[in-house]
Amino acid sequence: MTVAADERIAHVGTARRLLIRPELGAVVGLVVVFVFFAAQSPVFRSPAGIANWLDPAATLGIMAVAVALLMIGGEFDLSAGVLTGTSGLILVTLATRFGFNVWLAMLAGLVVALAVGFANGLIVTRTRLPSFIVTLGTFLMLQGVNLGVTKAITGTVQVSGLRRAEGFEGASALLAGTVAVGGTSFRVAILWWILVTAVATWVLVRSKAGNWIFAVGGNEQAARAVGVPAARTKIALFMTTAFAAWLVGSILALRYTSVQANIGIGQEFIYIIAAVIGGCLLTGGYGSAVGAAIGAVIFGMADKGIVFLGWDADWFTFFLGAMLLLATLANRLVRRYAEQVRH
Amino acid sequence: MSAGPLLETRGIGKTFGSVLALREVSMSVAAGQVVCVLGDNGAGKSTLIKILAGVHRHDAGAYLVDGEEVRLTSPRDALDRGIATVYQDLAMIPLMSVWRNFFLGSEPRKGLAFDVARARRVAREELRAMGIDIRDVDQPVGTLSGGERQSVAIARAVYFGARVLILDEPTSALGVKQAGVVLRYLARARDRGLGVVFITHNPHHAYPVGDRFLLLNRGTAVGEYGKDDITAQELTALMAGGAELEELAHELRRE
Repeated sequence: MTVAADERIAHVGTARRLLIRPELGAVVGLVVVFVFFAAQSPVFRSPAGIANWLDPAATLGIMAVAVALLMIGGEFDLSAGVLTGTSGLILVTLATRFGFNVWLAMLAGLVVALAVGFANGLIVTRTRLPSFIVTLGTFLMLQGVNLGVTKAITGTVQVSGLRRAEGFEGASALLAGTVAVGGTSFRVAILWWILVTAVATWVLVRSKAGNWIFAVGGNEQAARAVGVPAARTKIALFMTTAFAAWLVGSILALRYTSVQANIGIGQEFIYIIAAVIGGCLLTGGYGSAVGAAIGAVIFGMADKGIVFLGWDADWFTFFLGAMLLLATLANRLVRRYAEQVRH
Repeated sequence: MSAGPLLETRGIGKTFGSVLALREVSMSVAAGQVVCVLGDNGAGKSTLIKILAGVHRHDAGAYLVDGEEVRLTSPRDALDRGIATVYQDLAMIPLMSVWRNFFLGSEPRKGLAFDVARARRVAREELRAMGIDIRDVDQPVGTLSGGERQSVAIARAVYFGARVLILDEPTSALGVKQAGVVLRYLARARDRGLGVVFITHNPHHAYPVGDRFLLLNRGTAVGEYGKDDITAQELTALMAGGAELEELAHELRRE
């Protein structure tokens, strides 16, 4: 029978195979956006310019990659943005108001962040409620806690003065420093972002856990039926997102040495958008970490490129919406192709 | 190979709240034997296989594996005992490649990593050994036909050392030709010495391949027959509820 079926199926060429890579849309977008800005702004294409737009790409990229893994696993985390604020606030508050060493304060922030991720995962897997709702709940709760606690301790909506805390120099060099490459200084966050992307990609395509992530996002019941620990996989993914939020929160807190209590609000959608531009399906089961990282670069380019061209920064959201629409349209075509059933 | 049944139920039953989904069902399957479980929708077929597969816990009667009473805690537990289930509609994950699906939940390791090269090679070899001609193991399962998907799932269960293969309506959504392909792989698994529990509502698919036939209706067994005890016509008649079918034929007759 398959012989007969074969004759009716056109040969799947290498070109077609490449076309259905999840990153394809993002790569095309990357080239288009780069050419657009680089053609008009010499600063944009200079090493200093590149260092400039890679910086926002890095902190966004760390989050987008973690969120991409979670989305491939079939879930959302709306609390990820505000959790970067929570982690940063814990770090600065403990180090400046309670005399903690910076490293110890960071550890405390990590513990809290992982606990929030664990709670998100546990509630989602136990109740089977949509993660969109569950994490919307934790998002609002954390937003309240961030403001309430900060106001109660400092009387204002920010904590500052991290520079004077013990252990600041070392932690700052590790997470918020710069690296000189050919006379241009790049933020060290870029290295962390590349590391996170590399590890995430390895996990996704070369580890057992990666197979499970695709499976729980693609069809949770089927995955469970063949023995995949679906709940554990999902909880681990929520904790990974929380870990990324802690890393980004710490990077930003060390860089600015102060944290606003409302930081990170609204960022959660940017992470999701970057992941979707990178080829993640909103329905789960498909996507790529590299794609999400590229999605973040597109954002960084547009964010800074608009400034380099001297445009009004308001145009950024227009660009954001247009990219999102184009990316989801491209994704839908991919899904149609992949799910096409031939009886 | 022991002569006793690999898997056996004695007066097994299950209730969901106030609903008696299954009661007093006894059956067994031995190595190299195909037991067909037949019944209309709502007859209790799904409940029975979910108990056998470790998805549900029975709350009456006894479930025996290799002659020993067991209470399975999860599908994983059932798999570890050599009981593999291929479900009708959730056998595979459409967006994942054939080789990823093939090894899902039992990925070969190479140090910390998933041995991707080996997974690809073994999947290709195993499918070929079962006579399944998959064009490319890298293609997403969603691009396979329904029959091919079921066949891949069967090959997978056989490779992972299943001793009992439970097939939930593997042919019901398929055309005649595709159903024949699946039945052929089912027979091949039987020839390799597996016990097969074949759930279906189609007696025409069950009869050619089955050794024993268990009929369920409204949650309980209404008959068990060996192949010599019954003809295909009788089986069909029993399935449809003989009298009802005659009545229907009468009703539908042209005036």
